[in-house]
Amino acid sequence: MTAFVNHFSFEFRTGIRNKQLLFMNYLFPLGFYLMMGFIMPSINPLFLETLIPALVVFAILATTLLGLPDPLVKAREDGIFRSYKINGIPASSILTIPALTTMLHLVIVTAIITVTAPFLFDAPSPVNWLNYALAFLAMAVACAGISVLIGVVSSSTRMTVLWSQLIFIPSMLLGGLMIPYNMLPDAAGKISQLLPATQAMNAFNGLAMGAADYAPWGAPWGSVIVLVLSGALAFGLAIYLFNWDRRNPTQRGHPLMALLILLPYVVGIFLL
Amino acid sequence: MTDSVIIVRDFRKTYGDLVAVDGISFEVERGEIFGLLGPNGAGKTSTLESLEGLRAPNGGSLQVAGVDPTREPRKLRNVIGVQLQTSGLPESITVDEAMKFFCAYHGVDPRFDLLDRLGLAEKRKAQYHQLSTGQQRRLSLALALAHNPSVLFLDEPTAGLDVATRVELHNIMREQQAEGTSIILATHDMSEAEEMSDRIAILLHGKVVTTGTPMEVTATGAGLTKVSVRTVGSSLSDPGVTFPAVSQRVSKDEYSIYFSTDIGPTVSAIIAHIQAKQDKLIDLRVERPSLEDRFLEITTTGDVQ
Repeated sequence: MTAFVNHFSFEFRTGIRNKQLLFMNYLFPLGFYLMMGFIMPSINPLFLETLIPALVVFAILATTLLGLPDPLVKAREDGIFRSYKINGIPASSILTIPALTTMLHLVIVTAIITVTAPFLFDAPSPVNWLNYALAFLAMAVACAGISVLIGVVSSSTRMTVLWSQLIFIPSMLLGGLMIPYNMLPDAAGKISQLLPATQAMNAFNGLAMGAADYAPWGAPWGSVIVLVLSGALAFGLAIYLFNWDRRNPTQRGHPLMALLILLPYVVGIFLL
Repeated sequence: MTDSVIIVRDFRKTYGDLVAVDGISFEVERGEIFGLLGPNGAGKTSTLESLEGLRAPNGGSLQVAGVDPTREPRKLRNVIGVQLQTSGLPESITVDEAMKFFCAYHGVDPRFDLLDRLGLAEKRKAQYHQLSTGQQRRLSLALALAHNPSVLFLDEPTAGLDVATRVELHNIMREQQAEGTSIILATHDMSEAEEMSDRIAILLHGKVVTTGTPMEVTATGAGLTKVSVRTVGSSLSDPGVTFPAVSQRVSKDEYSIYFSTDIGPTVSAIIAHIQAKQDKLIDLRVERPSLEDRFLEITTTGDVQ
């Protein structure tokens, strides 16, 4: 327990101390929130209805996908995991503790957005706070899991950027953050259901913001289940595929196994 | 009966077609400092990493303090301490945090006294990337020692250290040795290996080519002993004067220097000659071949006697 507390405390402080992580955890999501809050309602007044969930989902995407994988890859390249292995630090701690501390940073950012948006932009607050917290947790677990998995399977920091952007950019375009789901063409709508952002927007709006008809397929609890399952699957795969050392040629499993995290989303398309 | 803490038997490590270590065997006893020497690519790192549990052997057996590094990795963590050659720590971790962090995973109290001892008292709040290379290595050593391991692996421990810290590190090594800790020292610094090691093994192309005390290893070579003599008069200045077992003679800075294959007859004859010429001896120095000489002889010619 002492080891966990020490590790968690160190990782949390790193998220503030390290300039790159401070930017990804706080400055980027909060700066984007302020910018969108001031600009978007004048372009599209309907954006206000989904401002809080959209920018919370954006914060989760940015902080996890753009902030979590890179330090994992760099630590492996720098031989830090070798040192951890020698000193008995388990792979599960190496992967879950940075994810948990990132989620704690996200709780702070989400609280700032949720509390200030009604005052600054006259955005509607959640109507069901418990469901709001559950939807947040489900999305945070899903994105943290995917990010950790990207960190594990990426062969270099360059590949990390590629994999992260493969999820981040479509999420921004099709995930319902900027363009509501019902305005997307049918094919794009189906594809967007493979993205955690779409499922999260459905869960937030359907369960917490009082917009049960947000997505035509409904089933906001189904979206929560898809997110939680994909997060759990991603963490499991990350621990299974974890490699301590870039110089070690023996790798358990093939990196393409990471694509299995799409399974809950694909099943979701057919079942929900 | 020996008290071997590390037992390596027919150890073999391959990477695809490349044979990095080809069936080596050696033992390290309790409280012994064992130098593992060899040029780059000789198999030192593969051997060390396999003993540290970072690599699985492809053949033979390894035992460290009664633990099989491959099969019992959890037990291994608490009996070994490793000072890695590369950083091994996150850039933003502070010295204090690193000590607490590693000790917590070993289940022991933080050893802040080691930080003071290794000259890091003023740097306890500094982040890892703010430390100099020498300070980073000292921190790495403090962390390796913190859980009081029975086997210590030191990989180039004094690279980048100033003279005072190097002496302090050697003192710590001797203290650990006196407490019964076995130390494997991998180094390119031959004078350090010669000074600190009780025994050494030289690896070449994945095989142990020689092993023994530094004295034994240097004695087995074909190296010539250097005898430097200075006298008041000019009894040795005649190049025509010869002495037994001398293969070469040179003059430098008022010294006559002889390279001898058999030191006893050479020195006796030189002294007798000086006395016979009624000259007076000012200085006589005998320098046996160093471990570095012997190492170069083995690694460049592959000569093992």
